[in-house]
Amino acid sequence: MSCENNPALLTAYVDGELDLVRSLEIEKHLESCQACARIVQNQQTLSSALRAGSLYYHPPRHLEQRIHTALRSPGRINWPILAVAASLLVAGIFFAFRPAAPSSLVAQLVAQEVLDSHLRSLLPGHLADVQSSDRHTVKPWFAGKLDFSPPVADFAAEGFPLTGGRIDSVNGRTVAVLVYQRHQHVINAYVWPSPGSTNSRVNRATLQGYNILHWTHAGLEWWLASDLNTQELEDLANRLIQ
Amino acid sequence: MSLQPVYGFETQVVPHMGAAYNLARWLTRNDHDAEDVVQEAYLRAFRFWESFRGADPRAWLLTIVRNTCFTWLQQNRKPTIELPEDMPDLKTADTNPEALLLASVDAERLRQAVEQLPLEFREAIVLRELEGFSYKEISSITSVPIGTVMSRLARARTRLQRALQGGVA
Repeated sequence: MSCENNPALLTAYVDGELDLVRSLEIEKHLESCQACARIVQNQQTLSSALRAGSLYYHPPRHLEQRIHTALRSPGRINWPILAVAASLLVAGIFFAFRPAAPSSLVAQLVAQEVLDSHLRSLLPGHLADVQSSDRHTVKPWFAGKLDFSPPVADFAAEGFPLTGGRIDSVNGRTVAVLVYQRHQHVINAYVWPSPGSTNSRVNRATLQGYNILHWTHAGLEWWLASDLNTQELEDLANRLIQ
Repeated sequence: MSLQPVYGFETQVVPHMGAAYNLARWLTRNDHDAEDVVQEAYLRAFRFWESFRGADPRAWLLTIVRNTCFTWLQQNRKPTIELPEDMPDLKTADTNPEALLLASVDAERLRQAVEQLPLEFREAIVLRELEGFSYKEISSITSVPIGTVMSRLARARTRLQRALQGGVA
């Protein structure tokens, strides 16, 4: 190994994350390179200090009791949809997600957040921050509120009129929500950038009786939530993809 | 609603409350916020427990805690000055670093130095050093490639060393 002082490689060596061959290479190199040996030594010292135990935060005693109470009495939690958790547990969660990236747990968590947001949006006055069927009104409204420009299209002629848009928070980031309507059904379309992602097929899930679709296309991650039937929802998905 | 019907949650998930709190506390940097996040994470975990098929409930729980934290931070973002992750380090490979002596590492200063790391670096350090997860496990919990885990750890450690040696805690 030449001395490139590659800190990432030395870090992996300290953590025992290198394969045997590379690990031996580094060991040999350390015999002759004082600078690298010093880096390794310092990292080991730092590791010991971090692991010494004083940095670990221990939960206060009341936390376990608080959580047990919360788990047992959903009515007292200010998370409105927890009330349905009991029925959800009985019904089980049906997931049609392929075991695709990044992990099905993350997909489940996002799906639940999307549904939570969808249910919140149905409360009076929460559906849209900008109400308009004109994409030339909706699209500029997003400017300055997001770090990306969401594609905004109206499909009124195809039976999916755009009724507005809003900003929401999903998956730890600010996302654009396009609100569509199909007869009396509200459809929330969530979109945010997903750099480096490959195009996926449209995944389906049913959560608490609501249909949820998910796909990535052209570097964007899309989620649809609605009580509309899957077939018509997929119709909208295909229009959004094109 | 009782915990009884959900087989295993009480014995396999509840015992990891310490790890859940520690991670939440480091990510939110606040006692009360950490408690709120842990409670919300446990409610979520309870809802998803039936679909748990993995081998390690602690890693599974921390994935949820982390996800909950990031959503929470997004919704309650306080104006803090944080160096962006991709800001270049002054000099990652110091050719002649001075020796770091364990005896001279002040615990309080170390705590402050970790606290000042960018969120993603802090998370990697906590999962690796305080929870002892492998790169592969950290990669799965944080949904980033293993190479990213490795470089985050390397850069976090370089910063910590500099903070401990440079007197700028």
